[in-house]
Amino acid sequence: MSAVFEQIFQVGFLAAIIRIATPLAFATLGEMFSERAGVLNLGIEGIMLLSAMTGFTAASLSGNLWLGVLAAVLTGMLMGALHALFTVALGLSQHVCGIGVTLFSSGLAYFLYRLIFGQQSVPPSIKGFQTLPIPILSDIPVLGPAVFNQFALVYMAIIAIPLAAFILYRTPWGLSVRMVGENPRAADSAGVSVIATRFQAVILGGALMGLAGAFLTMAQFNAFTFGVVSGRGWVAIALVVFGRWDPWRSAGAALLFAFVDALQLRMQASGLGHIPYEAFLMLPFIFTIVAMAVMSRNAVAPSALLKPFRREER
Amino acid sequence: MFRLEARTSTPAWFNLALPIIAIGATLVICSGLIALAGAGVLEAYGVMLSASFGDSYAITETLVRAAPMIFTGLAVAVAFRAKFWNIGAEGQLLAGAVASCFVGAIPMPGALAILLMALAGAAAGAAVALVPATLRVKFKVDDVVSSLLLNSVIYYALMALIEGPWKDSFSGYPISPPIEDSANFPVLLEGTRLHLGVIAALITAPLIGFLIVRTTLGFRIRVTGESPEAARYGGINVERVLLSTALLSGALAGLAGVGEVGGVHFQVMSDISPGYGYSGIVVAMLARLNPLGVVPAAIFLAAVMTGAEAMSRATGVPAFLSDVIQGTALLAMLVALLFTAYRIRRVGAPA
Repeated sequence: MSAVFEQIFQVGFLAAIIRIATPLAFATLGEMFSERAGVLNLGIEGIMLLSAMTGFTAASLSGNLWLGVLAAVLTGMLMGALHALFTVALGLSQHVCGIGVTLFSSGLAYFLYRLIFGQQSVPPSIKGFQTLPIPILSDIPVLGPAVFNQFALVYMAIIAIPLAAFILYRTPWGLSVRMVGENPRAADSAGVSVIATRFQAVILGGALMGLAGAFLTMAQFNAFTFGVVSGRGWVAIALVVFGRWDPWRSAGAALLFAFVDALQLRMQASGLGHIPYEAFLMLPFIFTIVAMAVMSRNAVAPSALLKPFRREER
Repeated sequence: MFRLEARTSTPAWFNLALPIIAIGATLVICSGLIALAGAGVLEAYGVMLSASFGDSYAITETLVRAAPMIFTGLAVAVAFRAKFWNIGAEGQLLAGAVASCFVGAIPMPGALAILLMALAGAAAGAAVALVPATLRVKFKVDDVVSSLLLNSVIYYALMALIEGPWKDSFSGYPISPPIEDSANFPVLLEGTRLHLGVIAALITAPLIGFLIVRTTLGFRIRVTGESPEAARYGGINVERVLLSTALLSGALAGLAGVGEVGGVHFQVMSDISPGYGYSGIVVAMLARLNPLGVVPAAIFLAAVMTGAEAMSRATGVPAFLSDVIQGTALLAMLVALLFTAYRIRRVGAPA
């Protein structure tokens, strides 16, 4: 009997980790693409929030969840394009623009949500994505029900990780992204359009941030609340650094953070919490700051990060 | 085709014109949202204006709102002048609030309590800001990301306090115990909330302006920001200047938290700052990093915030419009700033 309990506990725990990791994996991969091309996108927190809102709204009004996902992705791409317009086309300072995009997108998300749904005592909810067990694979003990009995968006995140690595390391476009992030001058000489490549990378990043937002309001919470993102964008910024700007490591960092978060939730629920749960939530940020200091000896950040490119200036 | 061409000099009237143009553009852009909400644009802006400046009480309320943003605006302006990219004013504000709340809860004479609260808050903010600056100076760690991430660390530390040792054991609310009555900042105008901290903010701005323009430290900060190479060549210890700047910047942001605890809330709760640290970035950019410009810029944002609530009640336009205005104003100002360094030239057309 206790063996059965233990197994359920483990399956539930593993499944929780996967679910917490999914939006972080999307967001982290999105930020990674942007940063590999040399553009820090601090708009991520606001972009996730606005996408979560538009996705929820589209799904709620149309009754079609995939239409909601599409709306969230398009929102992310649009806001990515806005950030790229300021930082890539106009060459404005990336960190200040990013904060501007976050303030603007969060404000717009709250404003439009209140306009569409009014002020209700109980926030409206939708019937979100249901788990989609994959035949055969979901029958594997422990791992099956935890990993292969999940939402469709979870499977998309699992596929997105190797796909992102393939795109970044094995395709001509990925090479261009890395070149414009490391040495835009050389990329330009080699005939790569720095402006176009950076635009594409930031927009692709925005699409992934949109998926992260979509997951929050359409699979995890099935409602939009003002704290629905609550710092997950900043976590993704940390995870990209912690994952050394690599898709595999970044996704691994997301999984590690999800493990700590799931553990924290479980300890809180079990009343074992002698350590305040906030201590766990702080960990990824502290780890990342320490990791940045340790890693600084061997520079792993894209060399052209934060540096605008103007062709005529040499 | 148009292209950007570098300017050799910037006309002086740009300093005043750019923020006004940026704010004008912001109000035009955001009028679309007011129309979308089905309200009259002029009516809505009219309500905002009268609710924030319409009578003396409204003006004091706007000033009370502006005070923390004057401090965070100064914090960001000073830091950015030295190109120390302090995105962490929010966390430094929270640290200042927590420290001053600790001190304010100790029974002691009022004047002493207020002085010690200010010192403790400034020291806490400075200590937090010192972390990203030290990491940058010693380990070449990017200050943008480290200062931003510290905001979350400080926020969770605050949450751990108010949900742990500080938690109200009677009501169970996650709020700190109130500070001593004697530590409450004196109200300067009967029947309003205009407290000592507001005056302190209004006095601090010209003091920081003086520091930047007329003192050796200010000179070092400016040279370090404009050209670290030139600063080094001139015998300035750039690392030391960055650390001093961080201390000053963090202390200013910490004082924003002190004012909120001593003059407005008298305790610490999770939403003691509705993002005043981030608003400080908007304020500093609108002010073009000029400490004197920080005051009108902060008053503008404060007016938008107080005005938006009244507008929401009168016209039904969601008060979140103020958040959109804030973000739009920052982006509009950044674009406007482009014209100080560049001009638009038509290229490809026959000369």
